[in-house]
Amino acid sequence: MTRHRMPRPGRAMAESLLVLAGLLALWWLASHQRWVSQVFLPTPEATTHSLLEGLRDGELAGFALDTVVRMLLGWLLASLAGVALGVLVGASATARAWIAPTLEFVRPLPASAVMPLAISLFGLSAGMVLFVVAFGAMWPVLLATVYGLASVHVRLREVAQALQLSRLAFVLKIGLPNALPDILAGMRLSMTVSLIVAVVGEMIASQSGLGQAILLAARSFRASELFAGIALLGAIGFASNALLALVEKKLLKWQTT
Amino acid sequence: MHAIAARLRPLVFPALVLGSLEWYTRTTGQGSDALAPPSQAVLAFGRALLSRGDDSVLQATFFTLGSAGLGLLLGALLGISLGILLGLSRRAAAMGFLSIEVLRPIPSVALIPLAMLVFGFGYRMEISVVAFATFWPMLILTQAAVQQVEPCLLEVSQALGLSPWARTTQIVLPALVPRLFVALRLGVAIALVVAVTVEIAANPSGMGYALMISQQSLAPDLMLAWLFWIGVVGYAINVAALQLQRGVARRMGDLTGGRPP
Repeated sequence: MTRHRMPRPGRAMAESLLVLAGLLALWWLASHQRWVSQVFLPTPEATTHSLLEGLRDGELAGFALDTVVRMLLGWLLASLAGVALGVLVGASATARAWIAPTLEFVRPLPASAVMPLAISLFGLSAGMVLFVVAFGAMWPVLLATVYGLASVHVRLREVAQALQLSRLAFVLKIGLPNALPDILAGMRLSMTVSLIVAVVGEMIASQSGLGQAILLAARSFRASELFAGIALLGAIGFASNALLALVEKKLLKWQTT
Repeated sequence: MHAIAARLRPLVFPALVLGSLEWYTRTTGQGSDALAPPSQAVLAFGRALLSRGDDSVLQATFFTLGSAGLGLLLGALLGISLGILLGLSRRAAAMGFLSIEVLRPIPSVALIPLAMLVFGFGYRMEISVVAFATFWPMLILTQAAVQQVEPCLLEVSQALGLSPWARTTQIVLPALVPRLFVALRLGVAIALVVAVTVEIAANPSGMGYALMISQQSLAPDLMLAWLFWIGVVGYAINVAALQLQRGVARRMGDLTGGRPP
């Protein structure tokens, strides 16, 4: 069976790098040979130049920082609100039966669709964008908390009853630890959503950040700056996801299964 | 009697919310530019439904669903083909690993300005962003699904001396179908969200733009109507996709209901 033979790690890595280098070479060729107009596709050198220049004079770095702060703040708010509301809804079977269907209805709603409503409520402000980021990113955490509290094993419920645990103690000692793996997975997803909604918010509400920067770059046909911004956004997405995966691994060490 | 009560129960909470909104907007919040009574939103929606112009509900809905569907089709075709290739060959998977990890974290909305620059406004820019957004989950889920195909099936295909093409089309693809529909269901949800987002951020067509423009023209009743309509359409399509996935799973004899890998 060929598919069970693992390539040696060193060689696999080298080949992987080679493919990536090949893609970059293709980009270089396509832009230099004008296969694609340079209006759309800047050369890799021009992009790197824009990226380094922007980072050195601090303009691009400042935008990136704005976006990262917006994303992190929104994500924190979303995580807190998600767990809190999730506990409120999930801790009692009655509340679940009455409210959970509404949550299922609201969940597929695109977070950005709430933005017009938020604009008319709060105006075009940084607070408005933060609200929409938090609202949009809250759902994965909220539903994970509700689900985690609902799926506590019957035996554990019986134990809690036998110990006469109060509802609060049940949530804190049994419910939330049971929900933790789901919540952490939800928080990872909600970080991705936070970045997306933060970028959209910056585009619509003209708040300083990478979203606004790349939109302006595209409108004024500065393709290399556009690509530099996209690359930075990719780096932010990569770093936040990798960091959270690491945290998740550390926090879930106690799990045996 | 009891059964009817249980069926009505999910409606109570939304009814309470809508009722208090109606009450608030008719008393304290009267004449607000941000909120309108739900009853007026219903009327505004009725007018938009009947109109034949650019703000026609059917036309906007068709545009959004059309570009979401075509984008998903493109993203799924590319993602599934590459996913099968990477799933069948460990070597190919190892080779593509770094490139995928570098490109995948780019948020799909970051491509909106680029798509705007390349295609201008219209179907093509929206389709391209949706295709990019759906490509990655389809790729990853297909790859995982192929790796979980029963090894015996592949051994049989080798014993039969099937060519790689025949092995893919006659053994791997049929074994994949239930899991592919799970991935497609996820893709449907993503495609719809991304399509509406593209319209809100840039593209002047579809439901997202109608929502945005009703806010800018200070018509809160119409805005709430569009928000609700987007919610209803999204809900209906997600439910339909779930039914389709379950139906396919049952037909293919997968008793787990096609759980994600």
